[in-house]
Amino acid sequence: MSAPITIRPDETFTLNVGPQHPATHGVLRVKMEMDGEYIVNAETVIGYIHRMHEKMGELKTYPQFLMNLSRMDYLGALGYSHGHVLLIEKAAGIEVPERAEYIRAITVELNRIASHLFWFGAFVMDLGGFSPLMYALQDREYILDMLEAITGSRLTYSYYRFGGLYNDVDDDFIDAARRFIPRMRASLKKYHRLVTGNIIFMKRLEGIAPLTPEIIRKYGATSAVARGSGINFDVRKNEPYSVYPEFDFDVPVYHECDSLARYMVRMAEMEQSLRIIEQGLDKLPGGPIMPEKKKPIKIAPGDYYQAVETARGSFGIRLVSDGGKTPYRLKLRSPTYSNMHLFDESCRGMLIMDALAFMGSLDLVIPEIDR
Amino acid sequence: MSLTLLNVIIAVVIAIAFAALNAAYLVWAERRGAARIQRRPGPNINGPFGLFQPPLDGVKLMAKQLLIPGDVDKILFMVAPVLAMAPAITSFVTIPFSDHIVGHNMHIGILLVFAFASMGGMALLLAGWSSRNKYSVMSSVRAVSQAIAYEIPMLITVITIVMITGTTDLMGIVKSQAGGFWHWNIFPFKAGVFNPLMLLSFLVFFISSLAETNRAPFDLGEAESELVAGFHTEYGSMGFGLFFMGEYANIVIGASLTTILFLGGWDCPFGLFPGVWWFLLKIYLLIATFIWIRWTFPRTTIYGLLNLSWKILIPFSLFNLLLTAGLLKVF
Repeated sequence: MSAPITIRPDETFTLNVGPQHPATHGVLRVKMEMDGEYIVNAETVIGYIHRMHEKMGELKTYPQFLMNLSRMDYLGALGYSHGHVLLIEKAAGIEVPERAEYIRAITVELNRIASHLFWFGAFVMDLGGFSPLMYALQDREYILDMLEAITGSRLTYSYYRFGGLYNDVDDDFIDAARRFIPRMRASLKKYHRLVTGNIIFMKRLEGIAPLTPEIIRKYGATSAVARGSGINFDVRKNEPYSVYPEFDFDVPVYHECDSLARYMVRMAEMEQSLRIIEQGLDKLPGGPIMPEKKKPIKIAPGDYYQAVETARGSFGIRLVSDGGKTPYRLKLRSPTYSNMHLFDESCRGMLIMDALAFMGSLDLVIPEIDR
Repeated sequence: MSLTLLNVIIAVVIAIAFAALNAAYLVWAERRGAARIQRRPGPNINGPFGLFQPPLDGVKLMAKQLLIPGDVDKILFMVAPVLAMAPAITSFVTIPFSDHIVGHNMHIGILLVFAFASMGGMALLLAGWSSRNKYSVMSSVRAVSQAIAYEIPMLITVITIVMITGTTDLMGIVKSQAGGFWHWNIFPFKAGVFNPLMLLSFLVFFISSLAETNRAPFDLGEAESELVAGFHTEYGSMGFGLFFMGEYANIVIGASLTTILFLGGWDCPFGLFPGVWWFLLKIYLLIATFIWIRWTFPRTTIYGLLNLSWKILIPFSLFNLLLTAGLLKVF
């Protein structure tokens, strides 16, 4: 959309967007070199909310570190816990009852929908439409209530345990989840009618901030950012884990590469998550949720890796063990970190309002970048 | 002479009271309306339906410390909010609410209103410039280019109306539409013209008045997701309060002008009991539409906004002007 401009570096000024700015949704700072309303250069500055999660991972024992994972990303916390428990179970050779894995998949997908709903509202708010946020939050409230009933908390769940779960789901949860699915489907239709068809909305996103597959690969971006640029990569399909191979679901991929494609991918992902939840509830087996015999966690020296698809993309967790009580090294590969860094290169020559709409389409959660 | 002067003073006092009350209660109406659209209660604690909220907000704003940042241009910084509010209030003096409720009727009423309306853009420019804040400067430059872009189609539409009615007197314009809705300028049944495009012309005027008052979807001046709070970023206390009231006073002016120019002013659609109530009903319906639009649409981009004006609205209104001139000659 934006016309090619001639850059006159002697007339630029520096604009500090953040660390306290409404568009960055957190303490992210973007140092922008501006030529009027056009961005000549941008530099993202992170670290304002760094909490040393990786170092804590080295200092704490495995069960102690479990609750740190859900504090990385406060919108889609369960996905991160899932990655951690899967890794430790793989490394320590712990058998997980099937019922526990199904419940994990159902709750992770519910959490993914909650996260996408919040993103949807915040993204439209970035574009100046405030009302859809309220609708999205109301739907998200149902999910939070459901998860609160079984996990005990609303945002930073510590629900998964090595080998299973902290708490079994009851009939109330299953009924609520079954009621939620048609409700959410109706809501998605409503969102499309309210927002997607809007001419102003389309004009602000169509063709804005095209991300070529090359730039996606260069920065290692995943999630809807990659799938909106025609890259068919979803850890749930490409490196299957948990019980995901049992489910029949599609990976939405759009080839337009623009902000609208990223929006459409996330909206379609909510529908696919609903399908997974529906199948998970149908197939949910009985049985225990924890292994019969609890044994202390002992991890043989070695190098272990587990990737999961969280709401924000491919989350990788690598563990180097020397056989001790704590890891020798724990590396967290957070998806938003990669997704954000392509902003610097891609926003050059864009108008500031398009650039901030583009930033909204990346779905950044700052604590997850800084860790 | 002295009687006229007294009349003007009384009219100004009533106009200020009307503008201030409207501004205060439109904020309440906007918050309740937004809450209804967003399925939440809105202000409902202070008084019945939260009706005491606006005066309490006013007290809060006045009690706040007036903070002037160190580097600002002090005089311009103080003058800008007054310049935003004063012209809007002054415009009320010449707006006819009914055939005898009018502050001071003038033959050039419509010119006066538009002259004052264009001062609003200057207030925003001064506010942004004197704030010495990059966000404020960017916002005020946006606001000025927007004001220029939208005053042109607005004024061309007004010329069309003046040609049809043959007067620049606001009262005369309303009187020429008397006798039922088929005489209103918005409909193509107007005797002597029969212009089929007047409904679109009304839309042009309505869109332009949305843009003139910096309302969503054209609120680029205070796009909070980009420019923090735009031109009033550095203002607190009553400085901010005056900008806020000025905005709502401008909304009332915009709705009143739309009513006078297109919807027959105080005239009843069926020719029954013409009077001030019809005028108020019409302007508050228009204002409700303003609120409804604000809470439904996302914001346009600056180029989308300028493209809409220069490529669609201005050519259309020029065409309509020519067509009207031709039709006036024919019939």
